[in-house]
Amino acid sequence: MLAFLLRRLGLLLPTFFGVTLLTFALIRLIPGDPVEVMMGERHLDPQAHAEAMQRLGLDQPLHRQYLAYLGQLMRGDLGQSFRSGESVWAEFTTLFPATLELACAALLLAGVLGVLAGVIAALKRDSWFDRVLMGLSLTGYSMPIFWWGLMLQILVSVGLGWTPVSGRIDLLYDIEPHTGFMLVDSLLSEEDGAFLDALRHLILPAIVLGTIPLAVIARMTRSAMLEVLREDYIRTARAKGLSPARVVFVHGLRNALIPVLTVFGLQVGTLLSGAVLTETIFSWPGIGKWLIESIAARDYPVVQNGILLIAALVILVNFTVDLLYGLVNPRIRHAR
Amino acid sequence: MMNASSPSPLGEFWQTFRRNKGALGGLAFMLLVLVCALCAPWLAPHDPSQQFRDALLSPPAWLDGGQWRFPLGTDELGRDLLSRLIHGARLSLLIGLASVLLALLPGVLLGLIAGFSPRHLGPPIMRAMDVMLALPALLLAVAIVAILGPGLANTVIAIAIVSLPAYVRLTRAAVLGELERDYVTAARLAGARLPRLMFVSVLPNCLAPLIIQASLSFSAAILDAAALGFLGLGVQPPTPEWGSMLASARDYIERAWWVVTLPGLTILLSVLAINLIGDGLRDALDPKLKNGL
Repeated sequence: MLAFLLRRLGLLLPTFFGVTLLTFALIRLIPGDPVEVMMGERHLDPQAHAEAMQRLGLDQPLHRQYLAYLGQLMRGDLGQSFRSGESVWAEFTTLFPATLELACAALLLAGVLGVLAGVIAALKRDSWFDRVLMGLSLTGYSMPIFWWGLMLQILVSVGLGWTPVSGRIDLLYDIEPHTGFMLVDSLLSEEDGAFLDALRHLILPAIVLGTIPLAVIARMTRSAMLEVLREDYIRTARAKGLSPARVVFVHGLRNALIPVLTVFGLQVGTLLSGAVLTETIFSWPGIGKWLIESIAARDYPVVQNGILLIAALVILVNFTVDLLYGLVNPRIRHAR
Repeated sequence: MMNASSPSPLGEFWQTFRRNKGALGGLAFMLLVLVCALCAPWLAPHDPSQQFRDALLSPPAWLDGGQWRFPLGTDELGRDLLSRLIHGARLSLLIGLASVLLALLPGVLLGLIAGFSPRHLGPPIMRAMDVMLALPALLLAVAIVAILGPGLANTVIAIAIVSLPAYVRLTRAAVLGELERDYVTAARLAGARLPRLMFVSVLPNCLAPLIIQASLSFSAAILDAAALGFLGLGVQPPTPEWGSMLASARDYIERAWWVVTLPGLTILLSVLAINLIGDGLRDALDPKLKNGL
């Protein structure tokens, strides 16, 4: 297991450095004068321009600039936002729990419903239920989620009035941010109805964000389940006289979940892409909305290092999924 | 020798493909979209940018207050929605096609190189692809557009870059599988040079997964282009792009459902149709992958 871990780690570090190279290059590829871009001001007088060049280290050769950037990152210095003047790290850590809460809710929804739907579809293969479910899942997979979000807003929030249109909680409540997770904080606050209100705000964005992962997980579970149900050990389990539920869930599903686990990991990227759109539609104060607004405002330190942080996150999650995968499937661990 | 009565590979492919009803439906829908795109100036009842000031937010013809002059109604500037959707088909298909080609060609080339040179050129190429995969697709596209600036060409470039790694990885994996086969050894022994080995011997045998991937990334390109348009970073108004049509209509969503519903439905149906075709292609070209995603 240690060799496996080290091998994976050996792949992870170059990827991370590659990402730093990419975010370093990103800011320098922007057309126009880098000082004006970095300072967010136009037509500086020549002396101020030269000073800024020196201060920002832009008069150095590129490799020195890159090393300086790496040094900065090592010290945990991710720069300051042009707009707010706050450190990028502080902004990220304030907003990230909102995205994480939304993503977890979406993944929970997608995981539970997707696995359940996939198992039933596999057991009732080629029935009308299977066909409808697979048709629905392909539709979900093809969904432009920004449109899906708007449609749900019209129908559920505006039409039926069941859920609020946007935000994380009603302005009536003054919730102290302990954990950053609104569901937890609203429970801790002991204000009447705060938790339910937070839940009602969360449900639509979670459905929207969870739609594509749900479709992928349902299809994946179905095909993995079909594969597993053909195995000899399933026949043995049946022949032993185990109850059908035990055969399906204990012997079948446990093995079918291995490929589904990888899909779970792969969905992290989809979730973060989706979060950009979902947060924009529902005015959800997370990192997706933050990045899009920063791009619109040309707030380059936020864009550069926000992207770096998200990439680091994706790399870490995939690394963890890889390890889990190796843990549950020894064949992978020993393969070269 | 081939038996004279056995079907040609293309015929065999069509036999399997047409058994998939969903794929046939998808194909029919996409042919319709293609006809709309090709004949847009003749099919569209109006110029897509012409503003009818006397008919702002006019509802579709079958509703109260609708008029047959504008079968699907008009948008907030009095432009005919049907004409804009028809012209938008041009743009979406163009973006899809251009970005698939722009990703496919370098992707296949890099994948071939990585597969044929597993020790020297392969690892750096694959690590570079890992870096690109570490960034969520839409975010990478947004970042690229943020650098290059919004617009049609840059949308295509951004989407092509985002879909590049999939082609490289697929081609490399297929090449590594093929390289162990006897026919490659035979070709080598017969004195085939590297370019011939790459493009004539090996590449044709790797095409099945690449064709399937191309159909998947075609639909993803349409979705991503619409998402970029929706975020205001894609093709700029007044060009009738499906995603940006949605974005500009957002403020009228409560008064005029059709300005938001119809462009979105068009995107959904097109993407669904292409994915259905992709399913059919997979069943016909690569039976091993059947039932997978």
